[in-house]
Amino acid sequence: FFPWLVCRWRGGDCWCRTVVSNLPYEDQRPRNQPNRRYAGNAVKTNKYTLWSFLPINLCEQFRRLANIYFVGIAALNFIPEVNAFQPQVALIPICVILTLTAIKDAWEDFRRYQSDRELNGTPCLVYSRSQHGFVERRWKDIQVGDFVQVLANDIIPADILLLHASDPNGVCHMETANLDGETNLKQRRVKSPFDPLSFNATVICEKPNNNLNHFKGFLEKDQIKIGFGIESLLLRGCTVRNTAAASGIVVYAGHDTKSMLNNNRPRYKRSRVESKMNKEVLCCVFLLFCMCLIGAVGHVIWLKTFSSVPIYFIPDSDGNETPSVVAGVYRFLTMIILLQVIIPISLYLSIELVKMGQVFFITQDIDLYDKEKDMRMQCRALNITEDLGQIQYVFSDKTGTLTENKMVFRRCTIMGTEYPHTENGESGKWVGQLWSHQDTTVGRDNILPALPMDRHRHRDSTAGIPSLAFSSPLEREVIPDQNLLWSVKEVERRGVAGHWGLQGATHLEFFLALAICNTVVVSTETAQRQRVRVRGPHNSSRSRGLLPECMEGLFAQFPCLRQLSSCLKSVSCRRHSLSEDPVQSTLYDIPTSSSSVVSEDEVQASSLAGPKEVHYEAQSPDEAALVHAAKAYGFTLLERTPSHVSVRLPSGTTLTYEVLDVLTFDSVRSRMSIIVRHPHTKEIILYTKGADSGIMERLRVIANKTQKHLDMYANDGLRTLCFTRKVVSEKNYYDWLVLRQGAMAAIDRKDELVRKTAADMETNLTLLGATGIEDRLQENVPETIQALREAGIQVCVLTGDKLETAVNIAYSCKLLDQQDLVFTFNTENTFSPALRREVCKNMLSGTLAQLPLYDTQEAKVSVGLVIDGRTLGLLLDSDLQEGFVQLCTHCRAILCCRTTPLQKSRVVTLLRSKLGVMTLAIGDGANDVNMIQAADVGVGISGQEGMQAVMASDFAISRFKHLKKLLLVHGHWCYNRLANMIIYFFYKNVAYVNLLFWYQFFCGFSGTAMIDYWFMIFFNLFFTSAPPIMFGIMDREVSAAVLLQLPELYRRGQHEGGYRRSTFWIAIADAFYQSLVCFFVPYWTYKGSDIDIFTLGTPMNTASLFTIIFHLAIEIKSWTVVHWVIMVGSVVVYFVVTLAFCAMCVSCNPPSDPYWTMQEQMSDPMFYLVCILTTVVALLPRYTLHALRGTLVPSDHLRARQIDNMPPHHRDLWLQEWKKLKDLCASYPSLSSSTAQRYSTAQSPSLTLVQDPSPALAQSPSLTPVQDPSPSLVQSLNPKLAPNQGLNSAAL
Amino acid sequence: MMASSYNAKEEDGHHSGSVGPGGPGTGKSKKPDNTAFKQQRLPAWQPILTAGTVLPAFFAIGLIFIPIGIGLFVTSNNIREFELDYTGVEMSSPCFNCSQTYSWNNSCRCSVPFTLEQPFESNVFMYYGLSNFYQNHRRYVKSRDDSQLNGDKRFLTNPSKECEPYRMNDKMPIAPCGAIANSLFNDTLELYYVYPNGTKTAIHLVKTDIAWWTDKHVKFRNPAGNNDNLTITFQETTNPINWHKPVYELDPTEPDNNGFINEDFIVWMRTAALPTFRKLHRIIQKKDSLTPTLPPGNYTLDIAYNYPVRSFDGRKRMILSTISWMGGKNPFLGIAYITVGSVCFFLGVVLLVIHHKYGNRSSNAEIPN
Repeated sequence: FFPWLVCRWRGGDCWCRTVVSNLPYEDQRPRNQPNRRYAGNAVKTNKYTLWSFLPINLCEQFRRLANIYFVGIAALNFIPEVNAFQPQVALIPICVILTLTAIKDAWEDFRRYQSDRELNGTPCLVYSRSQHGFVERRWKDIQVGDFVQVLANDIIPADILLLHASDPNGVCHMETANLDGETNLKQRRVKSPFDPLSFNATVICEKPNNNLNHFKGFLEKDQIKIGFGIESLLLRGCTVRNTAAASGIVVYAGHDTKSMLNNNRPRYKRSRVESKMNKEVLCCVFLLFCMCLIGAVGHVIWLKTFSSVPIYFIPDSDGNETPSVVAGVYRFLTMIILLQVIIPISLYLSIELVKMGQVFFITQDIDLYDKEKDMRMQCRALNITEDLGQIQYVFSDKTGTLTENKMVFRRCTIMGTEYPHTENGESGKWVGQLWSHQDTTVGRDNILPALPMDRHRHRDSTAGIPSLAFSSPLEREVIPDQNLLWSVKEVERRGVAGHWGLQGATHLEFFLALAICNTVVVSTETAQRQRVRVRGPHNSSRSRGLLPECMEGLFAQFPCLRQLSSCLKSVSCRRHSLSEDPVQSTLYDIPTSSSSVVSEDEVQASSLAGPKEVHYEAQSPDEAALVHAAKAYGFTLLERTPSHVSVRLPSGTTLTYEVLDVLTFDSVRSRMSIIVRHPHTKEIILYTKGADSGIMERLRVIANKTQKHLDMYANDGLRTLCFTRKVVSEKNYYDWLVLRQGAMAAIDRKDELVRKTAADMETNLTLLGATGIEDRLQENVPETIQALREAGIQVCVLTGDKLETAVNIAYSCKLLDQQDLVFTFNTENTFSPALRREVCKNMLSGTLAQLPLYDTQEAKVSVGLVIDGRTLGLLLDSDLQEGFVQLCTHCRAILCCRTTPLQKSRVVTLLRSKLGVMTLAIGDGANDVNMIQAADVGVGISGQEGMQAVMASDFAISRFKHLKKLLLVHGHWCYNRLANMIIYFFYKNVAYVNLLFWYQFFCGFSGTAMIDYWFMIFFNLFFTSAPPIMFGIMDREVSAAVLLQLPELYRRGQHEGGYRRSTFWIAIADAFYQSLVCFFVPYWTYKGSDIDIFTLGTPMNTASLFTIIFHLAIEIKSWTVVHWVIMVGSVVVYFVVTLAFCAMCVSCNPPSDPYWTMQEQMSDPMFYLVCILTTVVALLPRYTLHALRGTLVPSDHLRARQIDNMPPHHRDLWLQEWKKLKDLCASYPSLSSSTAQRYSTAQSPSLTLVQDPSPALAQSPSLTPVQDPSPSLVQSLNPKLAPNQGLNSAAL
Repeated sequence: MMASSYNAKEEDGHHSGSVGPGGPGTGKSKKPDNTAFKQQRLPAWQPILTAGTVLPAFFAIGLIFIPIGIGLFVTSNNIREFELDYTGVEMSSPCFNCSQTYSWNNSCRCSVPFTLEQPFESNVFMYYGLSNFYQNHRRYVKSRDDSQLNGDKRFLTNPSKECEPYRMNDKMPIAPCGAIANSLFNDTLELYYVYPNGTKTAIHLVKTDIAWWTDKHVKFRNPAGNNDNLTITFQETTNPINWHKPVYELDPTEPDNNGFINEDFIVWMRTAALPTFRKLHRIIQKKDSLTPTLPPGNYTLDIAYNYPVRSFDGRKRMILSTISWMGGKNPFLGIAYITVGSVCFFLGVVLLVIHHKYGNRSSNAEIPN
């Protein structure tokens, strides 16, 4: 339990954990077990036990300030001089709140306990010496040092050092879906085979830590050390796939496992409304202080008016009178008790309830449900629902968020020859046209319009016409370009496999590179996810059903496993072939569940007999698309193991390359490489693929033609990848290998060194060709962006893609408009940093100088901004920040390309902090995690790239288009509801408590309450608690349909229209007025009569209830059945409870017994007259003002509500009219000036702008010889003001 | 919060279910129910407050309130009320001498003559009024023991702590304990009609039925036991310090009005809400339908002046009042109703004008012609 003790005790360093086999000690007593000090595998996530619950829970609850406040007030009540109420009764509220919270905590903890118990009871296989085999045990019985066997499709019970796998290559596949949702397989491999009985080595590894990337240690056996890393560790919670059985020794168990150490509690975000509300609570504290002070001073003054001691003064027990100043202090404290409710402590509880309700309704929305994935919208953060209604900036990733991230191989260029794959493109286009009549979006030349249809229809259509498939089948189905196919066949026909002529070989090499240079894992359909297995008698069917649920339970408790998958990803790539690897393995292994060894001939035979279905598990859809494309040309990737990779050529022969090293992809290099040895020529070949920016500068020969093609692809919005090849000499390779291994073994700056060695190898490359992959826009993306824009939300797209691709996507998704004026900030790579900086500065100042011109123009030109990642890095520096932010405020659209994840988050943080705006970041991949966490609201798209983004997010949706309804409808609703609810809550408390305050003026500020304390508790607890909560959950000002139609309604929330400081003070003022009315109307009515305290309090209480309820009724915008039930119910409950209490309590609560007061009052007609008059007078101003405002200055919301109330066909007409009116208003200024004038004003600044940064332009060519004719500093303006459109809208 | 984390858990659980070994399709679909409630499409009434829509409400309020107000006002005006301040602050007042002493029970008597201009029809209620008497002072209000007053034997001999310092006197428990009881109003008022010839007739004052029925029969009870002889029941207790007689001698003539259930006592114990108050003291029953209960003429109020009010600058009054269904004389409610009704009516007119001027314009502006 105390690993550090172990270390101390062993006298060694504290960095390590030593594990030996438990088997020799199996029969010994526990205290002789060598591994006894390590944590067992039982997990306990529940916080409390039966006995510790009460004290621990109470301690936790008293950490909250509100509870301490409550207890403090209750304690004050126990001081006789001060108390306002019965001390015991004053304890009730705090007890109720503490009890409710405790019950909630207990229930949650019980659920945790249950899931733990299930998990701990899951069966597993542990080696037993006595039985000479693996026997079934429970998870909780596993100890560090045990040998555990995990069969295919079983969940790994602990962190296990893999020592044996049924696969002859010692490879074990692992699926991490339970941790991060990624379904692609990761490989783990055996470093040192073993036999349990004879295992006498000592495992020395690092102490348990939460670093999933990293694990290091060694096996010490007879003075020989065998090192191993993360690639040999099976992680708890993952599932073994495609491997019949894997076994190993447990190194970390239970809470020491990496997955458990990575579990963080969900983070707590405070919403903006709430933090603002806290300031208002402080206002209330101030108000309370003032009122108490008035009470105290008033009491002192009142005391001074008496020359002698009146008979109704009660002396102390010793007969003395309290000095007046001391009495004043006492009264101050009494007043605090009396008026405590003005600080709405119950508000916090109510807000939580309201948010739970809101979240319920959001997740229940059928429009946010994704049929294909069977996923609802998920709210992962439950306390920021209303922030969705205040978003001003949306930062979006491009790939996978705006686009499908389902890649389609579209075109390629080999050796300067372009193969357009026209059929491939046409088939897609044909589909596009088929649907385009449904979709008003007209796609640009080669970009298909968004396809608004559901998946089922696709599947139906693909069944008949396979080539028309898109979504996932589309990735596979690539129609080969006839020319290319022919030339490939020709080349292959001419030469024997592996001995092609140098000229023609490029084509083949290109496809080989496509097939090899990736990290795609192959699995056959049969082996994939099959649940059939050969299992011993220990296979209990019950446990199978249980286990997944347990795992869900375990990981569901800790939604923050975001690091996991990225780490796992990299792990599977990091396979360095070290010297001890089995070299020359020509064996094939098709990983089936039976894991048979198939000879080469057999494979060929089977492949010739009929194409065996192979299934690719790619980590990125690009790779999958490329492998499928290669397959379409006959280059089928058959198998990939860490040591070799096999490709079947079109001729049917199979080449098995030995994999020497894989230089994994990283975003800095933006390329990856694989080093293989050719099976026949034994050449060492380096295949590199990567973005053109990362490749072109490393080429031996500059390839202009290919570059041209690449530019064309990018203009068409395709993602481009370049493929290169390089033959490495043996000497060079081994020289490099030494460096590489040094880098891999390095401790400091390891990443940097590894990257550097990779870059050293990737030089002097020969370009084979390049590919263009299409990433289709998701459905309804342009509409969504359009709507967000109309809602006043600035949309920024931050992408890692190259500039041209991104710009094209931006145009096609309506982020940029043809009429926009687009500034492009792009500094060329070849500049020196200082010069780049200077250029950047000039551009920025130049642009900024120009911008005010546009703002003042009558025809306001919307400005778009496109920034390159490198430039962005400069702009984010401290001295240019201000300018950049200023620039952003002027731009309608911002597009950042080639950004790193860190830059993404820095942009978000910068704009968020400098502009103080509410930001939302949406993304789907691991590279968006930073950004999602930096923004106020993070939205994750559960898409193709695993679950990291979702894990980090506050809300998870499945399509980008859902953002529209999420923000415009749910965000809007939630914000308005919560804002109104909070305002109402403040109002309610002030209105009620002030009744007591006014009474103090008539009881000598002595702290008497004319309402029984029980009624005051009931008032807050039963009579007026449900309506505001219902109001906060269910009120609906404008219906969803109209909100979606009129996105501009969203703007109110952005400028905090629902919850302003002024709104708060108006509500407080109204509360003061209403409480005055509620007090003084009964006061004047009963003044001078024989009324007693509680009988006077009854009409005040009742009138106050009516006022408060009807006040809400005025505020409620739509009355459903629920509203009626709760509102009427509250009034009924008030009368029933009050009558019952008044009838039953004769002397139950001495000395204040309201016995029969209510009955007495209710038999008096005056009571009703007073209540009616009071209510009417109290609500008259608000009601009148609402009516006047509704008529004289109707808000957009009011108009929208009017439209809402109309019959459907009228509504549509009106909505159209509304929009037309808005357009007219928008274009009105331009109507006044002539169109010609408008045209010129739009043109002229473009000229001046080009002149302005001319110094930079002039400098650049002279300083750096750039071969590329394209200007180093691109200031592209896009003044393609389509005059026709402009005129059309104006004519309307 | 914890509740939230649980909810998130649920969601996550659902998710991993779909990718876990169960696979999609095996479990229930997570498609939300397409019900009106869950999709927030419940049929709703959406009132919109504009001049046009609230007009009827204003006129309705106006039309209903004004008649009610007039009715109330008339009723209030028909109530006869006569008030007589007998504190005796002025030198000329007959009770001046009596008022100069501070002590209780100084048995000073004085009589104040007064004239009723109008006859008092129907039953006449006689109140005593005190002003500047803060019966609603917090500590004063608490200084009582309802259990004791309810006849609970345990509290009779051991009164509640709340009664301090009027709980025990000379080691004897006080019954009734507390400051309220201790400061019981103890002036005796007698009313005489003075015939024009100078002879005086005592007017019969009824001293029962002046308290709430429930107070008299439920809330206040003499301790059980020897009901006939309250002296024995209360023998272990002592009278409050300011009283000159024990609780069982409050009304020796009538056993049903003695002890804790003495109505004068009960009325006093119902602490007044405001510092200036009146309390029902006696009732003058109407004799027959022909003669007014109190005919116009001269009257004399004979007072046994015991109750000191000088310590708090208080005033003592005697009030004669008839009552109606709305209680005593109070023109406020009637005036208020008339005022509010008129204001509403006026606002209705204003809104009508506004509606005609702007209401149509704003809705017409967008209607396409």
